[in-house]
Formats: sequence, structure tokens, C-alpha cells
Amino acid sequence: MSQEQFRTCPESGLQFHKPAELLMKAHAVVAVVILLIGGIAALGVTLTRWPAVHLLPADRFYQLLTSHGTNMLIFWMISFEIAVLYFCSSTLLRCRIAAPKVAWVGFGLMLLGIIINNAAIANGDASVMMTSYVPMPANPNFYLGLILFAVGALIGCFIFLATLVVAKDEKTYEGSVPLVTFGALTACIIAVFTIASGAVVLVPTWLWSLGVVNHIDAAMYRVVWWALGHSSQQINVAAHVSVWYAIAAIVFGARPMSEKVSRTAFFLYIAFLQLASAHHILVDPGLSAEWKIFNTSYAMYLAVLASMVHGLTVPGSIEVAQRAKGYTNGLFQWLRKAPWSNPVFSGMFISLVGFGFLGGISGVVMGTEQINIIIHNTIYVPGHFHATVVIGSTLAFMSLTYFLIPTLFRKQVAFPTIAKLQPYFFGLGMSVFALAMMGAGTLGVERRHWDMAFTNAVLGFDYPASAYTLMGIMGIGGVLAITGGAMYILVTVVSVFFGKPVGSESSYGFTSTRLMRAEPLVVPEGGHEAAGKWGLAAPGTFLLALFFLVVFVLYYAVNWKYLASVWPLS
Amino acid sequence: MSAIEPPAEIVWWRQPLDRVEGTWIAIALVWSLFMFFMMPFWHIYGKQNLSSEAYKTTPQAYMAKAQAMVDQYTVRKETAMQLPVVRPPPGSDVYLLGRLWQWWPLLELEKGQTYRLHISSMDWQHGFSLQPVNINTQILPGYEMVLTITPDTSGEQTIICNEFCGIGHHNMVGKIYVTEGGQ
Repeated sequence: MSQEQFRTCPESGLQFHKPAELLMKAHAVVAVVILLIGGIAALGVTLTRWPAVHLLPADRFYQLLTSHGTNMLIFWMISFEIAVLYFCSSTLLRCRIAAPKVAWVGFGLMLLGIIINNAAIANGDASVMMTSYVPMPANPNFYLGLILFAVGALIGCFIFLATLVVAKDEKTYEGSVPLVTFGALTACIIAVFTIASGAVVLVPTWLWSLGVVNHIDAAMYRVVWWALGHSSQQINVAAHVSVWYAIAAIVFGARPMSEKVSRTAFFLYIAFLQLASAHHILVDPGLSAEWKIFNTSYAMYLAVLASMVHGLTVPGSIEVAQRAKGYTNGLFQWLRKAPWSNPVFSGMFISLVGFGFLGGISGVVMGTEQINIIIHNTIYVPGHFHATVVIGSTLAFMSLTYFLIPTLFRKQVAFPTIAKLQPYFFGLGMSVFALAMMGAGTLGVERRHWDMAFTNAVLGFDYPASAYTLMGIMGIGGVLAITGGAMYILVTVVSVFFGKPVGSESSYGFTSTRLMRAEPLVVPEGGHEAAGKWGLAAPGTFLLALFFLVVFVLYYAVNWKYLASVWPLS
Repeated sequence: MSAIEPPAEIVWWRQPLDRVEGTWIAIALVWSLFMFFMMPFWHIYGKQNLSSEAYKTTPQAYMAKAQAMVDQYTVRKETAMQLPVVRPPPGSDVYLLGRLWQWWPLLELEKGQTYRLHISSMDWQHGFSLQPVNINTQILPGYEMVLTITPDTSGEQTIICNEFCGIGHHNMVGKIYVTEGGQ
């Protein structure tokens, strides 16, 4: 291992190992290309479900919806996450990456899987949605592509784990790994579980599609498939929470309020987050109430507790850092004086708020055993997960990209004005989109449906006019969000492939703060509490958290009330 | 040290809990437990709970039961397709099936009466979505689900399919007519 293999970023102080750097770049570039394909599909889907536009014919709509689902929820997310894993191991621990050649094999398999799966969907005989529920058959290559991708991603996970071992062995850090690396480890452990579940369900399904296996039980498929389908979104949660902590550290030099609390919260994810696969089968035949209650609540909502903890400690650590810098007026000066024109921060903060208020609350409500009866498979469901996966994960990853362009790719961020506005377009557009879907879903509008007017059906049904209005608002929000997505791709692609190399200090375009080397926090006299109020180090964050709780309680109660109006069932 | 660097204290787990965090964890834990116990509470005191009653079946066996009910209780036919409208007696077992791309047969139930509604799929997965009352369940081939329902509003309810089931999915519509009692 020669020292020439390493370079130190002069501005951030990060140390990159060349083979790791190349791998990160490759995974990130593939991820962004996938985001572009998924985004084009998103436009077609949105413009078809917007009733006044109703753009595409039914077959094309279902095809694009399948493409949008697999590309975004699986390929974009996991490709980006492998880059994040390599960053959190090799870069943050300042060590060489383990077995780069094997890592390239993993990358190759992922890319091959993406191509094979996309080709099957493009062929038109794999329009089975991302879930590919048996016994609806798809082109065998649809499953094969997913399997190859999963094997490649699994290799990436093991490279990450092996790199942790290398760092420990070669003593490149002292004490414990950084919190962000710990969060990435959480994501990795969940990913291994997820991918194993995926193999258990997809390999037999692939063989079934080839005629080797003659029957796959529909109920069994759903139980195991969701250990892939939902858990893969839990990788995203663990990854994007890690990214929040990383950005708080990068932009503010913030340190975790307490390592113990944040790490325990991550540990709760490892222990309980997987149980949430049960959310998808709450109204399936034959499952007992005890099973459903235990699993859907992640064993007494302990994973929800973990997210509520992160939701407090991330902004709390920012508040403490800002107060230490002297922004101590009132409850919210620290927030007002935050760098709102730096997309690394603004995107991360919108991600945090959107994930909690829109995605988190709706997820818990719809995952309540009985309330699921009024929500299952309505368009409320995609409303929820666009708030978690798109506002939460995707926007967090976008924010991180604006940091990686100068540090990892060594390029200046192109079109800084567009980059500044991008998180607002994307985050707010997606919020409108998600809220409108949740509203329409509450009125019973179905998901994955080409025609809410039932124009060609033998028997008809009229949704209330308000449902049509909400679907129109959804369309407007969707187009706004897609515009934000296009802005991201424009900035990223132009910066990376045609951008000016970074040279001088202003290369970040947004902030003159020397990232990562933000001045060490000066603890105010009397401790951090002295810079806060009421004996609390982060009183503003605490007030925001209480506001969150009030919204949560009210919305939860409203849904029980709505459920109580439904026909008695037993 | 910040979150992207190793913790400053080697024994970071000894660091005392901050007051903001401690208070919030306590509040969040109480709320989590409340939400957890709300579900069993609703099983005891609430009226909307799905039963776990279900049977393994085959499309042929299930079809035979539905056909027998249709033969016995059909009261009229509707639409150009002559879809049977079945009016089973209150308290009886009612068999509804989903298939590409139809809910069959149409049902006529009496308000305030209780029925054992069986549902199964003849082919792929379907989503039973009753609108506008808004009851949604997942229907699987090979499984017969039994819901004990008591319609408490009269009028026309529409069954929509809300699980994607191929190119005719959006045309898969059925009906449950609820009549006032004594008619």
C-alpha cells in the first residue's frame, strides 16, 4: 500500500483512496443515470394520473409505472448507497478499500442486472409493477436482472464490512468508528438481510417463470417479498439519517448531542426495523391479529422511537453548534441564520422535516393494524412513501451530492443559482404531490390505476369532485418535483463531465466555510445549556419536536375517528 | 468531534444524557406505547377489526360454492353482460370472487344485517376496495378470506380492484347494493 494511492482534499481534509474514489464515482454516476430514466418514467406516470391530462394509453402507463418503481426504489437508491458505504468506510476512516477488484465485480453485476431488468421492462412483457406479485408472470429476465443486481449489491456490502476490518487492523483511527460510519453499518446490516430475503423469494420466482418450479404460493410470496421490498426502504432510512448527521457535521461542525443516544437509536433500527414488512400484509387473509400488531408496530414502535430520536438529535446538534457560534437570540435565531442558500444544508433540512412530518406520521398511521383497512392500496400509500423515500432519502442524497461534486469529483458546481433553488423545487413540489395523494387516498382513490373515471368499465363509479381536484394538485406538485429532479441532473451531469476543476477557495460556490474543518466548537461558559434556554441546550429544537408530536397525535386521532365511521367488520 | 470523526471520548457511552434528549425520549416512548396498546384496545372495544378466518382453497372448489349461491339466490340480471344480482338471506355465507377483470356476482344485502362475506381470487392477486365506504383488503388466489360485515348505510357501494392485475385492471368493477331492511 503506497502513499501515492491516497490524496487529501485540501478544502475538506478528507482523505481519498484512489481505487475507492473510482468506485464511488462509478456507483454515483450509474445512480444518477438511473435517476434520469426513473424521472422520465415519473413524468409519464404523473401526467397520466393527472385526470385532466391523462396522457398515455393504459399499457404504456403500466409499463412506465413498473420502470419507475424498480429503477427508483431499487436501482437508484442502492447504487447511490453503495457509493455512500464506500465513502463512510474508506474515506471517513482514512483507509484503503478492501479488495477493489472484487468490488468492481460487484459493480459489474449491479450494472448488468440493471440493464437486463430494464431491457425486460422495455420489451413490454414485464409490466408487473415493482412487486411482481405471483402468479402474474413476467419475462424471466425481469427477475434475473433483480437477482444479479442483488448479488452485486451484496458484494458491495461485504466490501464495506471488509474495509471496516482493514481500518481496524491497520489502526487508521482511534477508539470507535464515527457515528456516520456506524449509521452506514446499520444500513449495511439491513441490506444484507434485505438481499438475502430477495434471493429467497426471487430465485424460485425466476425458476417458476422459466417453468422449472410449478407453483409459488401467493401468500408466502408476499411475506417474503416484503422482507425485500420494505427492508430495502429501511436501508434508505438508515443511510439518509447517516447523511443528515454527516451534513450537520460538514456544514456546521456539529457534534452529536450524545453518541450514546444516537448509536442506540441506530441499534434499534437493526433490531426492529425489518418487522415493518408486515405493513404490507395487514389486510391479507389468514394472519392473526397478534402477529400483525407485534410486527406492524416494530415491537411496540421501538423503531419509530428511534426515528423520533434522530429527528430531535440531528437538528438539536445543529442548534447547539449554532448557539456556540453566538446565534443565541430567541428560540430560532440559530435556524434563521442557517445557510439556506447552500443546497447541502437546505436540501438536508427539507429532507428531515418532510420525512418526519409527512412520511413518518403517515407511515405510522397507515401501518396501524385496523387503520390500514381504510388505506391499503389506495393512492395514500405512494403518497406516504414518496414522502419517505423521495423527500427523505433522495433529497438527502441530492444534498450530499453538492458536497461530493467538489470533494470527490474535484469539480466546481455548475449553475450555482439553479443548485441553490433545486432543493426547494424538489422538496416543496414533492410535498404538495405527497399530500395531495394522501388526501385522494383518504377519499378511496386507488393506486396503480390507469383510469379513475372507469370510462370503459361495464359498471361505473364516480369519485367525488374533490378527489379529482386532489389528483390535479398531485399532477402540479409532481411536475414541479420533476422539474427539481431535472435541475439536479443538469447541475450534476454538467459539473461532473464538463465542469471546471476546483482550484481556489470559492470552488464550492456556496460557502466559504472550510467544510469539515469548521472551527471546533467552543463550549460556552456554563456548558451548552447556558447558551440555550430553560436549562435546555437546544430549546428551539425541543419546541419543534413538541409541535411535531401535537400534529402526530391529532392526525392519529382523526384517522381512528374516520375508521369508526366504516361498516362494522369482524 | 463531529459525527464524521471518531468520538472524542474513547468511553463515549459513559457520557451523561442531555436533558433535551432524555425528556424527548421519555415522551416519545410513552407515545409509542400508547399507539401500541391502541390496537389491542380496538380489538376489544372497536367495531372495525378484520377476522383472521381464512381457508386454503382452489379456484374450482371456490367457484362451485359461488355458483351454488348464485343458482339459489339470484333475483335479477344487470347490464348487457347479464350479470347476476344475488340476494342471499341475512346471516348467510356469501361468496364473492375476483377474476380477470370482474367481481362476480353482484350482491344485494340488507342494511343492519350481518353476513359472512367470503372472498377469493380465481387467478391473480386482486384488491377488494369498497367505495365510498372505503374498506380495502387483499385477495389472493388459493385463499378464501371470510369477513363478517354489517352494512350500516344503505345505497350503492362499488367494488373496485386496487391491486394491479394486468391490462384490464382499471375496468374491474363490482357492486354491493344495500337495501333498507324489510324490503
